[in-house]
Amino acid sequence: MSQAAMKRIYSMPESLKDTSNHYCPGCGHSVVHRILAEVLDEMGLRERTIGVAPVGCAVLAYNYFNFDMVEAPHGRALAVATGIKRVQPDKLVLTYQGDGDLAAIGTAETIHAANRGEKISTVFINNAIYGMTGGQMAPTTIEGLWSTTTPGGRDLDRDGYPIDISRMLAVCPRTVYIERCAITSPKNIRRAKRAIRKSFEIQMKGLGFSLVEILSPCPTNWKMSPKEAWMWIEKVLERTYPLGVIKDLTESGDGG
Amino acid sequence: MPSERMLMRGAHVVGEAAVRAGCRCYFGYPITPQNELPEYLSSRLAEVGGTFIQAESEVASINMVIGASAAGARVMTSSSSPGISLKQEGISYLCGQELPAVIVNMMRGGPGLGNIAPSQADYFQATRGGGHGDYRLPVLAPSGCQELAELTFLAFELADTYRNPVMLVGDGLMGQMMEPVVFPDPIDPKDLPPKDWILDGCKGRPPRAIYSLFLEPPVLYQHNLHLQGKYDRIAAKEVRFEHYQTEGAEVVVVAYGTASRIAKGAVNRLRREGLPVGLFRPITLWPFPKEALRQMAQNGIKIAVFELSLGQLVEDVILTVGARSEIYFHGIPGGPIPTPAEVEDYIRSVMSGDGRVGRRVEV
Repeated sequence: MSQAAMKRIYSMPESLKDTSNHYCPGCGHSVVHRILAEVLDEMGLRERTIGVAPVGCAVLAYNYFNFDMVEAPHGRALAVATGIKRVQPDKLVLTYQGDGDLAAIGTAETIHAANRGEKISTVFINNAIYGMTGGQMAPTTIEGLWSTTTPGGRDLDRDGYPIDISRMLAVCPRTVYIERCAITSPKNIRRAKRAIRKSFEIQMKGLGFSLVEILSPCPTNWKMSPKEAWMWIEKVLERTYPLGVIKDLTESGDGG
Repeated sequence: MPSERMLMRGAHVVGEAAVRAGCRCYFGYPITPQNELPEYLSSRLAEVGGTFIQAESEVASINMVIGASAAGARVMTSSSSPGISLKQEGISYLCGQELPAVIVNMMRGGPGLGNIAPSQADYFQATRGGGHGDYRLPVLAPSGCQELAELTFLAFELADTYRNPVMLVGDGLMGQMMEPVVFPDPIDPKDLPPKDWILDGCKGRPPRAIYSLFLEPPVLYQHNLHLQGKYDRIAAKEVRFEHYQTEGAEVVVVAYGTASRIAKGAVNRLRREGLPVGLFRPITLWPFPKEALRQMAQNGIKIAVFELSLGQLVEDVILTVGARSEIYFHGIPGGPIPTPAEVEDYIRSVMSGDGRVGRRVEV
């Protein structure tokens, strides 16, 4: 086969920097970074994107994403993104947040940005644990799950229930699209990528707020192998957080 | 061209001055006694195509400020003491990320919920940095409507020049008072110098990142030295103060903001009697006008500190003057507004050394 006939089938997306990352083996962040970057490349949006990094494992996302980014204080990504989007309304503004950031300390900012219908896309990584700080209980930690601060497993009487923030946000009239995905198989990864693309399309059409929740493995703090972690998402975590479209106003035609 | 002379309320003056200084973004949360400012801007910013958001909290509003500043806008938030406490984390981030912004604190009585009366009890919080980390921000203390206008302009200018937040402090009295004001030339945001560090999409250039996380100790060390160099430049170049009747004065009152207005009335009364008294008014609380005050103190005068708090401004005076002059202190907490007659009594007491009003500070 001649050189000219060779087809490139896999390469580094331009929206990712060519560098190694600090994520643990088997962590879901690197997969989600990759598909997010692929979507931006495919949509030709890299040079029109402004990202907001959270506090948590993805705090250093600006070292990996190859577009403009700002780091928000813990939980405030959607408030920071609101300020950016109002000044630069023609840009794609996205927040990339974990469960502690988005659904515990930043709950108010999350709900109110969504409820204002800010034209922002949020990628919400739900791994049901605090990763960066070493495995403490998250707002999304499921019943019975061991963490360093729930040594006997999450006790619903003592610790309260895991919060389903995506379903809560679906109640807000101006949330246009919310889908929960996982990255446990090539099929699911493709689905998550389609969801991220749809979220970005909704923003660029000016329709309103959208969020893609991604169930993501944290083998380190779950004390599992990467393979066990994927299996555990499918067998256990998805029972509390079932995959699928939670809200889609573009389908019903109400989104415009 | 400067505006015509207008009669306006202090809080509205700040709002109008902000818009004329090129501010097109305001984020805030209601708290008394500063609500007239966001109320004014909610309609005024709409007229000029700007952004006004009543946020869900003070915390959210200061973070919206971070975003708008990172995106290149001249941006402002305002609040009053308890709300400013909530903004402190964001102010620390603004300093760490080197983002310009203007923060207005119409101070009220504290601690806790306190009351809504005039107070200067946030002096430490403003000048020492109420948030975490080694940082400084210029603190401007106007004493009337004309100065509210001019210092609002200056606040935006300093913020952009040094890429640092700037705080403007007043109180409910300052916000409510009506005085004639002439605004400086309006600035069209389009005419402001372009900022080469903002986030506006990386078209034709490498991506930018704005952050304050520096995990490597030598890097954070260098970042702090860089910030300190900037604070040193501000301290050297941006000191502002007013001498009022200090020539030949034997007692000089040191007071700022509302307290200085009251003190000025007292000084005028005593000067009419031929008594050698004056007023030294810090306009920048940080950087504190050390050199000017120290020079005056060398003449062997008595310094009479007067503040609407219980011993905050006086600490900067002690740090500056030391044992060069006798230092006296009189502070009013919790919101009662003293009359010029009371301050006059204080000055007479300092002059005679009878110890009736205020007390001598041991250094």
